[in-house]
Amino acid sequence: MHRLRQPVTLMLLLLTLAACDRQSSTNSPLLPGSGPGAAALPGVKLLNVSYDPTRELYQDYNAAFAEYWKKQTGQEVHIEMSHGGAGKQARAVIDGLPADVVTLALAYDIDEIAARTRYIPADWQSRLPQRSAPYTSTIVFLVRKGNPRKIQDWDDLIRDDIQVITPNPQTSGGARWNYLAAWAFVLQRELGDLSKLADPACADQVSMAEAKAEAFVTELFRHVPVLDSGARGSTNTFVQRGLGDVLLAWENEAFLASNELGPDKFDIVAPPISMLAEPPVTLVDHWADEHGVREVADAYLAYLYSPQGQKIVAKHYYRPTSPQYADPEDMSRFPDLKRVTIDQITAGGGWPVAQKRHFSEGGIFERMYQP
Amino acid sequence: MAGAASLHARATIVQPRAIAEPKLVRWTLIGTTLAFLSLFLFVPLAAVFYEALRKGLSAYLHSFTDPAALAAIKLTLLAAGIAVPVNLVFGLAASWAIAKFQFRGKHLLITLIDLPFAVSPVVSGMIYVLLYGANGYLGPWLIAHNVQIIFALPGIVLATVFVTFPFVAREVIPLMQSQGTQEEQAAMTLGASGWQTFWRVTLPGVKWAMLYGVILSNARAMGEFGAVSVVSGHIRGKTNTMPLHVEILYNEYNFVAAFAVASLLALLALATLGLKTLVEWRSAVALAQAEANPVVQEKAS
Repeated sequence: MHRLRQPVTLMLLLLTLAACDRQSSTNSPLLPGSGPGAAALPGVKLLNVSYDPTRELYQDYNAAFAEYWKKQTGQEVHIEMSHGGAGKQARAVIDGLPADVVTLALAYDIDEIAARTRYIPADWQSRLPQRSAPYTSTIVFLVRKGNPRKIQDWDDLIRDDIQVITPNPQTSGGARWNYLAAWAFVLQRELGDLSKLADPACADQVSMAEAKAEAFVTELFRHVPVLDSGARGSTNTFVQRGLGDVLLAWENEAFLASNELGPDKFDIVAPPISMLAEPPVTLVDHWADEHGVREVADAYLAYLYSPQGQKIVAKHYYRPTSPQYADPEDMSRFPDLKRVTIDQITAGGGWPVAQKRHFSEGGIFERMYQP
Repeated sequence: MAGAASLHARATIVQPRAIAEPKLVRWTLIGTTLAFLSLFLFVPLAAVFYEALRKGLSAYLHSFTDPAALAAIKLTLLAAGIAVPVNLVFGLAASWAIAKFQFRGKHLLITLIDLPFAVSPVVSGMIYVLLYGANGYLGPWLIAHNVQIIFALPGIVLATVFVTFPFVAREVIPLMQSQGTQEEQAAMTLGASGWQTFWRVTLPGVKWAMLYGVILSNARAMGEFGAVSVVSGHIRGKTNTMPLHVEILYNEYNFVAAFAVASLLALLALATLGLKTLVEWRSAVALAQAEANPVVQEKAS
């Protein structure tokens, strides 16, 4: 944002313009609540700001929760949804999008909101079980039917003839998981044991492994013909436009794409190792209190952990944190693969460390990626 | 501009054969143009309707029963319904000032009016986030007074007003300038007041240009994506305009509904084009009459 503030003169010109504008529109009866549909809905309203691939999940879950809440309290609850790339959505909340709850792709996005506003306390992640992640996911490969290019593992992605589709890690949470999964693959192969990352005695071995990992992701992104800004954009590029040989995707996104758009067109390949992605959820205290909906918003998030919530989660191809509540048939769809956590590959540093090292300005991604 | 185009058309018909291009050249040019237009305009437009009707008329119509789609249509019409009149008033006032009066900073004002054409819509959206967003210059004050501009209707209207800013003024200014101030001066000497002069002399003279500007700005207002996308917040059924809703539906693999809403936008655009052609034709007729029969025109005024 600070980049934008530099051309002050241009801004001043625009300010003048905006001032004339504002006059005319704020005088009109435009305050929020007078928007379409507002009067028709009694009861209480919640705004859930989420990331891209959760659309179908929350469509289902919202209906189930509304029914549950009605039964519990007799109150009608209407949940409004906003979807987009996780980074963009976090930015919108920071800029004032009045979300009562956020359900984003990675903890870092919520950390950003907590750090830049006073809407969420810094210790938000300890407020709900499982580090505030009611469901987990992972990164898999979506390939054309029959896997014509014989893609089985991360190594195969950098073969000469392979084109890889993934979104941009600087704007998409999913893409950051993709990138880190590739990174984790090399570290695991080179070190054999990820706990060496935190061991000062292995420093030399670690720095060699990391150099190899950096070379690998650099090579990987040379195979990417187009970087979309969000996960859905990439899926559409691969599925609709037919670009690329393999799509690096959220597991749920891969399932959804292959089931919705023709099981005869795509196969899912689970690499032997990938990331344990924990998309977290939390209450935005400031707005929930402002709107007077803290109680229902809390219940909304808690219900995600309930047997009913977990069942819906599994149905939409997210891995439930309490698998015993899910339909065994849904559970059987998930391939078996080793999933490593963000803490494991950052020696306990977590997202702040990963973000700074890989995706911030001057980070590895920015240095190595040349379109 | 409109009048000039149809005058050209007429001029071609009476052109002597001797200075016409050879047949081969003419047909090559026409053929290339048609091929280009088909590939880039007609086929894509047809594809929108084809995709929308792919699963039959009932699936097509069903797309419009979705409350979120209806809300998007309503919001688009509402935003355009506010933005266009605002810009009509502004555009007329600015044109009047620029064409009929001399003042310092006139050229700066003309440049400012053109600014929205030059600035990318995304940037114009961001400007409003920067101004009215929670961390913007005016954000804290707005929050303290419980006024939501960004991610709500006012923000969408502001962004729409901004991108449709120049249309009316750009159409009206050249005409007003070419008409000069004699008629107004005559009206004044005959005892008309400022308002009377404006309503009875100035406005009738630029009526068609004004309407043309209104139509263009309405088309842009309903179709705007970039600027509105930045300030919308994408709340389904609440702050999604039609273009944004099309994108959302497309991203949800709901292609029939996406193209159905897109086809509605296309139909609105076609209706706009029809209206525009009508206005062009009427204004050309009015112009031709005035030129052919200046005496009648004078008597009438």
